[in-house]
Amino acid sequence: MNFSEIDTGPIWLSLQLAGATVILLLIVGTPLAWWLAHTRNRWRTCAEALVALPLVLPPTVLGFYLLIAFGPNGWLGGPVKAVTGSALSFTFSGLVLASTLYSLPFVVQPLQNAFETVGRAPLEAAWTLGASRLDAFFTVASPMALRGYITAAVLGFAHTLGEFGVVLMVGGNIPGETKVVSIDIYDRVETLDFASAHWLSAGLLIFSFLVLVFVYTVNRRLPVRI
Amino acid sequence: MKKIICVAALFWVAFVPETFAGEANLAVAANFLEPARRLVARFESQSEKQLPHKVKIISGSTGKLYAQTIHGAPFDVLLAADSHRPRLLEGRGDAVAGSRFTYALGRLALWSADPKRINGDGRAALKSEKFQRLALANPKTAPYGLAAEQTLRSLKLWERLGGKVVRGENVAQAFHFVATENAELGFVALSQVLTYKKKGSHWEVPASLHEPIAQDAVLLTHGKANPAAKAFLEFLRGEAAKKIIRELGYARQAPGGG
Repeated sequence: MNFSEIDTGPIWLSLQLAGATVILLLIVGTPLAWWLAHTRNRWRTCAEALVALPLVLPPTVLGFYLLIAFGPNGWLGGPVKAVTGSALSFTFSGLVLASTLYSLPFVVQPLQNAFETVGRAPLEAAWTLGASRLDAFFTVASPMALRGYITAAVLGFAHTLGEFGVVLMVGGNIPGETKVVSIDIYDRVETLDFASAHWLSAGLLIFSFLVLVFVYTVNRRLPVRI
Repeated sequence: MKKIICVAALFWVAFVPETFAGEANLAVAANFLEPARRLVARFESQSEKQLPHKVKIISGSTGKLYAQTIHGAPFDVLLAADSHRPRLLEGRGDAVAGSRFTYALGRLALWSADPKRINGDGRAALKSEKFQRLALANPKTAPYGLAAEQTLRSLKLWERLGGKVVRGENVAQAFHFVATENAELGFVALSQVLTYKKKGSHWEVPASLHEPIAQDAVLLTHGKANPAAKAFLEFLRGEAAKKIIRELGYARQAPGGG
């Protein structure tokens, strides 16, 4: 057994998927987490529950709904097909969207916690000193919530890397497009190629462990400062 | 008091009848799931008069069931989608030597959920390339996937259509990719088409385009002494079972064989 027998394509694809998902999640998750941390709206509890749903739902539930929504006649896939020429199922973009939903709580919850820890006081101080709301967010709240951002990004990335069920259901196992490393491992186990499955699995195991060690270290060591 | 009676009744239902009758775990290749359900229903109603045997069905791709079996899954009988893996199991000692036989010959079909897409000969639908996705079971793990690949190669379309192929984990997933219209076309088992409630269009792929899909049954070592497992295999060889299997889109004997 040597490394040349392992196709690195699925590994790269997984890294790309996780990267794209995290970027999208930070963009979408920041305003959402901010709103959740500061609103007194009575729908807040419902919104929090919605965000947390992927934590408790089996991936098959999400996969099933997405499969129906993503197809050429689905309510999401249809319009996308009309614009881009191809629906969302069995595409990389479809996987990014699916992963964004699936990893949402892993990014939104740490951000929300961080924003809640920062609280309103530093912001109110910044506003009285003449900072605009946006300015106050970027120069005061964001740096103070840095730990939250690091945790969110790393957990979102690692969780997407570990995604399996949803991808199995909407991916279609296309090399270079939707055959990510977790699917590759599954394939190799099924075809009794245990040697490669061991290498890939051990790699993922060690990587995930290091990621968590990193997150815990950051959370303990990084001081909160402006 | 009511609660105690309820609990006692549940306990009775859940555990006690098993001590009177045999119960077998039947591992079934995904393509044969629906026929297996019907066969088991017939078998159970037939055996009710003598020994009320029960058969539990577990389905998946043949590759997965094989891997689970060799790692100690409690399966008593395997209805595979090929003859290769049952033979391997016999060789390893995970199946009872001499118990293997071909219970069905699989028929491949090209299928679409759109009633107008396939008109008679499916080759035209394939060659038109007026579709974005063609679903098939993973050729590496599922015999129907392999037969689909062989068919496309015989038609000299494998290279041309390769970019449109999506692979289901097994033939059941290939089928639901097509049923949900995520793929316009798909190679599936003819029996799946025949047992599906909604109408679409399909083409029975000529058996000459791929190697025969001989589906073998085998008694697994785990079920060596299980009366329900043996009785079910006996039933599977019989005329009643043959009739059901034929009606659901399988040939019973090898082409040319008796």
